[in-house]
Amino acid sequence: MTVRSGAALLSVLVAAGAAACASLYEVGIETPIQAKLDVAAFQRVLVPAFLAGGSADVDTNTETVRLLRSQLRTKSELKVIDADVFSLVDVAQKSSGAPAAALPAGISPELRFKSPKDFEPLEPIFADVNYWKKMGEEYQSPLIVTGELLFTPIERSGYVEQPVDTVDQYGRHSSETVRQWVDRKGFSLTQKIIFIDGRTGIQLHTESYTDETLYGSQLNTPALSAYFELMDRRIPDFLNTLSSQRIRGIRYLLK
Amino acid sequence: MHTRARGFLILLFSVLVVVPAYADRHTDALAQVSFGITVAQKGLWSEALLRWTKAVELDPNYAAAWNDLGVAYEQQGKFPDALKAYEKAIKLEPNNRNIRDNYDLFREIYDRTQRRRTP
Repeated sequence: MTVRSGAALLSVLVAAGAAACASLYEVGIETPIQAKLDVAAFQRVLVPAFLAGGSADVDTNTETVRLLRSQLRTKSELKVIDADVFSLVDVAQKSSGAPAAALPAGISPELRFKSPKDFEPLEPIFADVNYWKKMGEEYQSPLIVTGELLFTPIERSGYVEQPVDTVDQYGRHSSETVRQWVDRKGFSLTQKIIFIDGRTGIQLHTESYTDETLYGSQLNTPALSAYFELMDRRIPDFLNTLSSQRIRGIRYLLK
Repeated sequence: MHTRARGFLILLFSVLVVVPAYADRHTDALAQVSFGITVAQKGLWSEALLRWTKAVELDPNYAAAWNDLGVAYEQQGKFPDALKAYEKAIKLEPNNRNIRDNYDLFREIYDRTQRRRTP
């Protein structure tokens, strides 16, 4: 046996031994994610209202206030303040002094906002320290959660690649990718969630998300269902701003 | 002739000294990994982490041990350490699908936490 063949044999034996010993174990883990904001200084949280618009089918302001309050009530340690929901658009409009854009009769005010840029003239309300501080004093210095929400219908028709199952004359199944024109419509939700210190009126943190959901054009998915579907995607991120979360998952342990 | 004899001596030294020493270290590392898996399955992640750290010290080329170490670090929220461990495992066994799956799932969470830090 030469040196080379001996070494080759040795490496084969080592590799075979290693392969024989390989084992796989599934294990559940909980990955901890730290809260983005330190809210130790707050005992209460107030979700008063949002600048909202885009669709007349969903009262995005009221629905979001309700949803976030209910999530905070069950999944955070802060006491959630129940207060009447109001139109932050009206408040911001009065505060800015700018006249509201004239709308044709019968058009819902929410439809004034078609893109996030349409909120810009009203955004100084979030920097109005006195306004938020006054609100904070009224509710015993809570953490205030507010922001902007734009929920709009969208259309995304176009070519998409889809897997299509085919069966040949012998009954054998196969799958191939086919490029097809698809008419799709759905909704887009752009959110800017702003966290304000109710003691000082100063902004502490901002989170921004944009999500879309699309359906076949023949499906008449209610706008409210689409809204909740889109909000569901971001609720964990929102909650994780205020409190540590654990993400459950499965990992493989190897031997 | 002289060269062949020297080659034979090197092989003999490898077989008698180096290979058993490596095998011993790998066997010890394997034992640490096995014990780590047993305790991890019981939820004792700190102990598992200790065992897998020992395993990679004993055999730094043991991809499975690096993978398991990555899982333990992830479970404890030590993301930069988990990233290093998973990347080392992938470097050692780039075609191991289980390691790749763990890494991809971890990256989803890790990237989310990183996005947060860059306003």
